[in-house]
Amino acid sequence: MSASHHPHPHPRPGDLDREPGPAGAHAGGHDHGSYRSYATGFGLSVILTAIPFWLVMGEVLEGRGLTIALVLACALAQVLVHMVYFLHLNTRSDEGWNFVATIFTIIVVVIMMAGSLWVMHNMNANMMPQMDHEAVTGFGS
Amino acid sequence: MTTATETADLPHWQTEPHHHEEGASTTLGFWIYLMSDCLMFAVLFACFGVLGGSYAAGPGPQDLFDLELVALNTGFLLLSSITFGFAMLSAQAGRKGPALGWLAVTLAFGLAFLAVELYEFHHLIHLGAGPQRSAFLSSFFALVGTHGLHVAFGSIWLVTLMVQIRQHGLGPANLRRMTCLSMFWHFLDVIWIGVFTLVYLLGTV
Repeated sequence: MSASHHPHPHPRPGDLDREPGPAGAHAGGHDHGSYRSYATGFGLSVILTAIPFWLVMGEVLEGRGLTIALVLACALAQVLVHMVYFLHLNTRSDEGWNFVATIFTIIVVVIMMAGSLWVMHNMNANMMPQMDHEAVTGFGS
Repeated sequence: MTTATETADLPHWQTEPHHHEEGASTTLGFWIYLMSDCLMFAVLFACFGVLGGSYAAGPGPQDLFDLELVALNTGFLLLSSITFGFAMLSAQAGRKGPALGWLAVTLAFGLAFLAVELYEFHHLIHLGAGPQRSAFLSSFFALVGTHGLHVAFGSIWLVTLMVQIRQHGLGPANLRRMTCLSMFWHFLDVIWIGVFTLVYLLGTV
């Protein structure tokens, strides 16, 4: 996948004696993962999925704010787990362009999401009271 | 392109500019497509964030969402991610049979996900909570429906890829296609993390 010259730090036993393969799939030394890394990612994902579902469905915590914070933290951690173990994102593949594109996307997403929520929340908070749904329906009667 | 023995003798800075593996630019280009897809989902998430509280005196998330179904669907997608990973490992090792088998398992999980999601949508519309009911439901159907459409097209792609692999084997072209689809499939699982967290869990907390 990549022309990187940083070989896998832990070459698996099969890598060295294997033929180049039908496509020379390993020619670039790119980290394609292994059964072990996929299993690790899967295990972490199951844990990071089970915790938020348990918190919300079991109504474990009293504080709503704390539950929301924990659920969001689990989601963020799981996104990172998927990026690393399933999508094999690192700073080396494709000479770092994958990583640069991802960072750029994250910046745009954060600006867009935070900006939209902030502006629209401000607008709702500053609406004149008679613009409320109930006030409008009561207006003509 | 130098041979392996020549490469070993040269300092790597001399060979680097000439060595470009087949398909390298394809995966980078596909990754950039996925990032643009991510921006589209971000817009839909922002829409849901802004409109998610506008129930128009209709039903809210607490009345509508069945978290057990969502947990089941999350499990399906997660399992399909790891089985696709196993398919990739089999394909990279040049083992066509196991690769096709794992792809079939992945397809089964993807179709199970779609079936549960279609059942959920049908149930909601049957309750009168269709996309036209309120801004909350419009943005919900837009976001979750777009993700479901991606899974549906990914499944179609999966079927065509399985036919291609069966007919032409695991050549460079098919491996490249399979790498792209695996990125697409794992990416959809990442988007689903956002969906089940922000839409379902935070809606019912």
